[in-house]
Amino acid sequence: CSVLLIKMKQRIRRKDVTVENFLRVLTGRLPPSTPRSKRLLSDDRSNILIYLTGHGGNGFLKFQDSEEISNVELADAFEQMWQKRRYNELLFIIDTCQGASMYERFYSPNLMALASSQVGEDSLSHQPDLAIGVHLMDRYTFYLLEFLEDIHPASKTNMNDLFKVCPKSQCVSTPGHRTNLFLRDPGSVLITDFFGSVRKVEITMETINFTDHVKQLQKETYSYVDQLPVSEIIHQKPKQKDWHPPDGFILGLWTLILLVFFKTYGIKHLKHIF
Amino acid sequence: MATTEVERRRGQLAALSIAAVVIIVGVPLWWRTTETYRAWLPVSQIKELAKLQLQLSADVEVVFARGTVTPEQQKKVPLTLSQDEEHIVDEKTALWYRYETRYRTATIMEEDALNQPTAAEADLSLHTLSESPCGSLVVYVIPESSPLLLQDVNVYIGQRRTAFLRVGTQMRVGRTLEQLLAHLEPQLKQVLQLMSFSHADITAALSDRVRLIPGNKGGIADSMRAFKSSPGYEITFSLLNPDPKSHRVHWDIEGAVQTYIQPLLTKLAPVANFSIDSQTLYYAMLGVNPRFDSSRSAYTLNVDSLAHVINPVEARLGSNAASSNPVLNFLLYIPDAHHSPLYIHDHKKQEVPSNAFHSPRWGGIMVYNVNGFYGSEVVYPVDININMAKVMGVFLAQLRLLLGVQSSSPPPGFLVAPCSSTGLADWELDRLMWSRSVENVATATTTITSLAQLLDQISNIVINDNIAQQVSSAVTSLQLAVAELEAGNLGFALQYSKEAILASERAFFDPSLLHLLYFPDDQKFAIYIPIFLPMCVPILLSLLKILSEARQKHREKHAKKE
Repeated sequence: CSVLLIKMKQRIRRKDVTVENFLRVLTGRLPPSTPRSKRLLSDDRSNILIYLTGHGGNGFLKFQDSEEISNVELADAFEQMWQKRRYNELLFIIDTCQGASMYERFYSPNLMALASSQVGEDSLSHQPDLAIGVHLMDRYTFYLLEFLEDIHPASKTNMNDLFKVCPKSQCVSTPGHRTNLFLRDPGSVLITDFFGSVRKVEITMETINFTDHVKQLQKETYSYVDQLPVSEIIHQKPKQKDWHPPDGFILGLWTLILLVFFKTYGIKHLKHIF
Repeated sequence: MATTEVERRRGQLAALSIAAVVIIVGVPLWWRTTETYRAWLPVSQIKELAKLQLQLSADVEVVFARGTVTPEQQKKVPLTLSQDEEHIVDEKTALWYRYETRYRTATIMEEDALNQPTAAEADLSLHTLSESPCGSLVVYVIPESSPLLLQDVNVYIGQRRTAFLRVGTQMRVGRTLEQLLAHLEPQLKQVLQLMSFSHADITAALSDRVRLIPGNKGGIADSMRAFKSSPGYEITFSLLNPDPKSHRVHWDIEGAVQTYIQPLLTKLAPVANFSIDSQTLYYAMLGVNPRFDSSRSAYTLNVDSLAHVINPVEARLGSNAASSNPVLNFLLYIPDAHHSPLYIHDHKKQEVPSNAFHSPRWGGIMVYNVNGFYGSEVVYPVDININMAKVMGVFLAQLRLLLGVQSSSPPPGFLVAPCSSTGLADWELDRLMWSRSVENVATATTTITSLAQLLDQISNIVINDNIAQQVSSAVTSLQLAVAELEAGNLGFALQYSKEAILASERAFFDPSLLHLLYFPDDQKFAIYIPIFLPMCVPILLSLLKILSEARQKHREKHAKKE
């Protein structure tokens, strides 16, 4: 089965994808009212995978056509995550033009980065769909997905195989990677460390012996509060909206129109109105 | 002409006054309006906290029962000794352990209590006499001939804060008190390390400050399994019934929680708050296919395939959206009628007696087979009542492990009393409190120091007053916590350390501290030049013109003079 077909719940909607929200999720500086599903609840044993794609350039990535995130901001965010022990190891994959510039400024330990193209190169898209008229996927992402579909949860493939994905002959751009900040040797890092949903388990060897003496609790019976009968709800008249005097804007507009009229045509026309 | 002269003077005055306004009023105004508000932080105190010197004190009372000391030795007792041990963990962290040991002889009432037939009864009657405060221990030294301990057992660890230590007979003949104490020393030290704090536990608790060297595998596994210290936890009990057509399962979860789990959580109240909920999930399968083992005519799940069970199931479990406390999930899985009975096998292909497994920092899963409760000729669905005592026995054991109540195997010759009805011995609670206090202090100090460092590095971040106040209160609580640990008041130390952690986390994760004001230098120039350049060029040029005219006039005056 494909490893990537894990159910992805779309918890963060398109309009929420801003640079500020992204940095807030990474560093954990969210308002207290943010629900659990919109937080990154990681600790010092969590491995994190970050995948970014879109339009980018030398040192930046475009967000939603109006903003951009720079490589310095990203590196600082990762450093803050490291200071607060919010990750154990982090894999950063980016598929944009000049993607290698985005990981140049990283300085925190245990970061591994992959990019689809070097500085000065463009990442190209894969095949166009002639019916719709747009390109469907980027080349690097396409070959990366093809590689990952062969990985099953018990696979032993390591990162060195991931670095070989999409060579220049297929991608036209030269993919790059950075491992100097990573403490372990990339050859010993399994792909399932980041991509598979593998958890460490231990067998429970000890139990506690209890003799069965459950107290019989008073069972409270629950019932719904008295509700209005349905017929009353359906036939309720709509509430009379209170009358408000017209808005200041409307008043001002009409005053302006009247003033202009009387200025142009003179005050003697007033008798035609009143 | 006079008017041109006047005009020129007027022009010069205008240029000079504009330049004066720009420099005296404009530049300070621009500086003040573009500077970021940064409230004062107690940076010097934070730097002091960066070098952590923790002193842990434990009070031990060693009581000699009749028959363990000779009359000459008895004359020197009561005696108080204190022992210090220093460990330097790394260049910024140092630990001091201080044991204040009081030696005395037993009172008559204690002797009566020690005359009970078994160690457990003796423990109970000693407890009714006096209760030891949190963080202290009492060790009763009993003679060789005492019937309390079995032949091969030298030390008995009770359910509260007492231990019985058997001393050998040949020590009585002509030995001084110092030699007796020296003989007791190694076993006493082992008791102390088991019942209060050991160096391994404390260094594991410091893992936030000190990156553990990947040599000590056992210690790392223990520290990885337990949840990190948090002011609150959520516990969720879920019943997974994949086959409601065959089994109609009833579980009295409220009663079971009240009877079995709540006493433990009440005892752990100083450590953290707990909130419990429960749910039932129907048609929830485990994501792995069990294999049929014809030799045992049962289905088996290998321990290797268990690793892939959790993530698919976790997606179906809900969680309390309101809080961001860590969640402990306990799942009870009733196998469907076609795959019953289902057993978990360990690495050696042996059946696991508890039929349960747990995942570090997540929770536990137990498989409960119900095929034995009904025959083959029944009308489906079958009503099944779950034996909550058995289930809660397993869940409680897993809960203990996940909360960090270490079950390290005791040294040889030691007998540890089985768990009391609450599921937690008093000394286990003390151990947890020691390691939690140290962990909280370590985490709070790293949070505060890294926050101070961050705010120092990035000069563009706004520091509001509430953040400065949280940081100050965190620093105060930390200093108090360290002082209470030194004094040996474990309860207060834990409380202050919890306050310190809350304040420091609130300060570090405040939403206003986002570093959004990063501008590369070329962008800064791009913003300021179109504003300031058109304004400054005429001013500068007119100033230069005034200056050159003044110099010219000065030269003319000089020439006139000569």
